[in-house]
Amino acid sequence: MNAIETLGLTKNFNGLTAVDRLGIQVKDREVFGLLGPNGAGKTTTLSMLCTILKPTSGTAKVNGFDLLKNPNEVRKSIGIVFQDPSLDNRLTGMENLLIHAALYGMDDKKVLERAKELAKLVDLEDRMKDLVKTYSGGMRRRLEIARGLMHTPKILFLDEPTLGLDPQTRSKVWEYIEGVRKNEDITVILTTHYMEEAESLCDRVAIIDYGKIVALDSPHELTKKIGNEIVTITLDDKTRANEFRSLNFVAGINVSDDVKLSVHDGTNAIPKIMKFAIENKIEIKSIDIKKVTLNEVFMHYVGREIREENEKDNTKQMMKYRLRASGRL
Amino acid sequence: MIEYKAIKALWYREVKAYSNDRPRIISSVVRSLLWLIIFGSGFNAARFTGLDINYQEFLFPGVIGMSLLFTSMFMGISVIWDREFGYLKEIVVSPISRTSMLLGRVFGGTTIAVSEALLILLFSFVVGVHVNWINLPAILLAMILISSILVSLGLTVASFIESFEGFNTIMSFIIMPMFFLSGAIFPLNQMPAWMKPLVYINPMTYGIDIIRTLTIGISYFSLQLDFIVLIACAALMTALGSRAFKAKM
Repeated sequence: MNAIETLGLTKNFNGLTAVDRLGIQVKDREVFGLLGPNGAGKTTTLSMLCTILKPTSGTAKVNGFDLLKNPNEVRKSIGIVFQDPSLDNRLTGMENLLIHAALYGMDDKKVLERAKELAKLVDLEDRMKDLVKTYSGGMRRRLEIARGLMHTPKILFLDEPTLGLDPQTRSKVWEYIEGVRKNEDITVILTTHYMEEAESLCDRVAIIDYGKIVALDSPHELTKKIGNEIVTITLDDKTRANEFRSLNFVAGINVSDDVKLSVHDGTNAIPKIMKFAIENKIEIKSIDIKKVTLNEVFMHYVGREIREENEKDNTKQMMKYRLRASGRL
Repeated sequence: MIEYKAIKALWYREVKAYSNDRPRIISSVVRSLLWLIIFGSGFNAARFTGLDINYQEFLFPGVIGMSLLFTSMFMGISVIWDREFGYLKEIVVSPISRTSMLLGRVFGGTTIAVSEALLILLFSFVVGVHVNWINLPAILLAMILISSILVSLGLTVASFIESFEGFNTIMSFIIMPMFFLSGAIFPLNQMPAWMKPLVYINPMTYGIDIIRTLTIGISYFSLQLDFIVLIACAALMTALGSRAFKAKM
């Protein structure tokens, strides 16, 4: 069974189509990424899937329940970590979890045990009795992840889970998401505009732009579709560079200070290149391989233009986020 | 649908946050005492015909009513607070009904407003008012009814408003007339005819009348009428609030 199936899911805002007849199937227990520039419709899609926004047309099945006919069953099946902070800072970490449990009508006996288990999962055991006010941005995110998991949802939505976090905290949050997927029987859907995030976490990625899917596959397949990896070698004697053209897997050569070979599968190409060099007595001083990343894939599908308006919105949002995080708002 | 656990949790949330907010509690009690002591002393020399107790004593139930009015109505700000700080989303995506969302807040707000009012009742000795303590259970019931009406009203207004400033402005517009037209600060016997309909449609009038009857034994309406009106208003306002939550959240 698919965890999520959308059928022509569409949302218009005053004549502007934010999400355009979206049709995606998210498989059970996979980590699915929605990737796209700011304003592409990621958050709008998520908001519809978690019943905050009503679709203009179309619908979706979430955990087998229809969004329009059975919104309450959908709500019970999902956990959400919103893009903006949504904790009660005046309460302790534990109280935030317990109130969440009560909102979902959890069995009292299981609640404490579950809260402790999740606090451990996100490394907040020692801080559960402290007011959330005293937490750092990263700790708040982790508490939100724990809260989203309290009622053992079948599906977890993460909307830009690492927005506004520093690189160390970000990779920590990734570890926790990996931990969640190992320990819980759960499907994870996340939106992001960080390529490394999608690449390191997701089984499959949908690149979405102007409310439409422009590409959908595993990060590996997506990069493969775009094409080559670059093997860079430096030679003792540059004049011999062209001899590498005789290798049938080399698609192109670019000679400058060093020699760049376009190949389809770099990992397999390197031993062959080395073997060829040794057999022909060409001395290689250094060798390097650069993978085509999701970054290039993203640029390929979405283009390089800067989305001025959305960029501005984003800056505003980020400032708001920071002010809130620092407790000034 | 009514979810008891969820209502209890939302109630706890309001009360916990409030009890940590000491400046708010103190300022609220001090405001009432200032009214009682300064306003009451200033007008103590004035004599209303037909009123044979001193003015401070007459004002005391009015000040309790004022405390209930201000604290209860401003409970609505919790909705705006939650919207601004994102917590509202957490509640809205949970599987509880809009009615439960409202009731949790109404019970929380009522608990807080009534606690404050009881605190002021304890200060009765300051102005030499002799409260009929036997009536305490009835006073408590009346306070709960009054407060639940006002909290529901505040929440209904808040659900339509996005900003703190907007909420404060509109609240002043509603609270001031409700206070002045309730008989809290002057006896209703001699009010001009044009004022009567305004006073009669104001639920605060009946609330203040109950408290005054039960504390110092001066009444304008019968106790039965007061209670009937308040119960009806409480039912009406929670229903209205529940509809507003369904429409706006």
